[in-house]
Amino acid sequence: MKIGVLVSEGPYTHQAVDSAYKFVTAAIAAGHEVPRVFFYHDGVNVATRLSVPPQDERNIQQNWTALAKEHNVDLVVCIAAAQRRGMLDANEAERQGKDANNIAEGFRISGLGQLIEMGIQTDRLVTFGD
Amino acid sequence: MSDVKKFLYVNRRAPYGTIYALESLEVVLIGAAFEQDVSLAFLDDGVFQLTKGQNTDGIGVKNFSPTFRALGDYDVQKLFVERESLEERGLSEDDLIEVVYEDEDDDWEEKPAIRVISRAEMADAMADADVVLSF
Amino acid sequence: MSTLHTVNKSPFATQALVSCLNHAKAGDAVLMIEDGVYGGLGGTGLTEIMEEFGKNVSLYVLSPDLAARGLDPKRLIAGVEGVDYPGFVDLVAKHDRTQSWL
Repeated sequence: MKIGVLVSEGPYTHQAVDSAYKFVTAAIAAGHEVPRVFFYHDGVNVATRLSVPPQDERNIQQNWTALAKEHNVDLVVCIAAAQRRGMLDANEAERQGKDANNIAEGFRISGLGQLIEMGIQTDRLVTFGD
Repeated sequence: MSDVKKFLYVNRRAPYGTIYALESLEVVLIGAAFEQDVSLAFLDDGVFQLTKGQNTDGIGVKNFSPTFRALGDYDVQKLFVERESLEERGLSEDDLIEVVYEDEDDDWEEKPAIRVISRAEMADAMADADVVLSF
Repeated sequence: MSTLHTVNKSPFATQALVSCLNHAKAGDAVLMIEDGVYGGLGGTGLTEIMEEFGKNVSLYVLSPDLAARGLDPKRLIAGVEGVDYPGFVDLVAKHDRTQSWL
């Protein structure tokens, strides 16, 4: 079965993205396909590669990046929500005249249409938020 | 494009205190282009999103209430509002903004998009959806 | 056709669980996750209501969230079942749609 996942809260403050990670890992292990995870609202903040959590804590961004690589999961960050919150990839940074970018490997910035498309193309859509 | 699915956008939060209401509306506007069967549900504090007379001049935040009135132009025809949620909050249908759409099956007559329904009917609408997006 | 509802808030903090139960249909499942697991506890002001809804709706808690909060499964309301993440996935697959009560 194809399962799409929407993450609506940012890392570390809310458990939502940790729950989503555990869920996606379990879904893939059970033989389901998770073609895409869409990050919206503060969920876009998961994608920053500049996060430096203490060594004895999980690194949320790195866990997702590794998961995406290993299981070919499309991690999409909503562009409108991302721009509000200072999340830019190299292209967007250049286009907006900003001096830095912060999107981690495995994540890509795209439009809300990707969320709708995920709803159309998957059998189930599960939302993790707060 | 694959088959048409029934998308239900569930709004249970008041506007302005958090961004969820605004960013939910942004999804609806984008989603309208995908020619799916779209409904919006307003229940619990979500009914506060549709109240008349919102004025955000004093809080430094954009008033997105007028955008709801534009939904009809995007061919969004079903805004379900739960009667019990209104009543619990001392509101009635008269307190809500007007949203209309043009019915192509009825000589483009303007019709109200907001439909006040009972809790049981809201449960039916939820159980009828293929995809539920909660904000 | 049935729905899996997820609730991630304590019922002592928000209306999410009660609102969810008021909209769930017979044959639906409600999975309490994160702070939602407090809704599964017996001996609270909500226990009676939960037992009543439990007659028509299957009630679950996510066991890892229960354990994280130091709650013994013995404290759960009779009929509330603990599931792990693979069980969560199975519930999603089994029901036609998932609705999150945030």
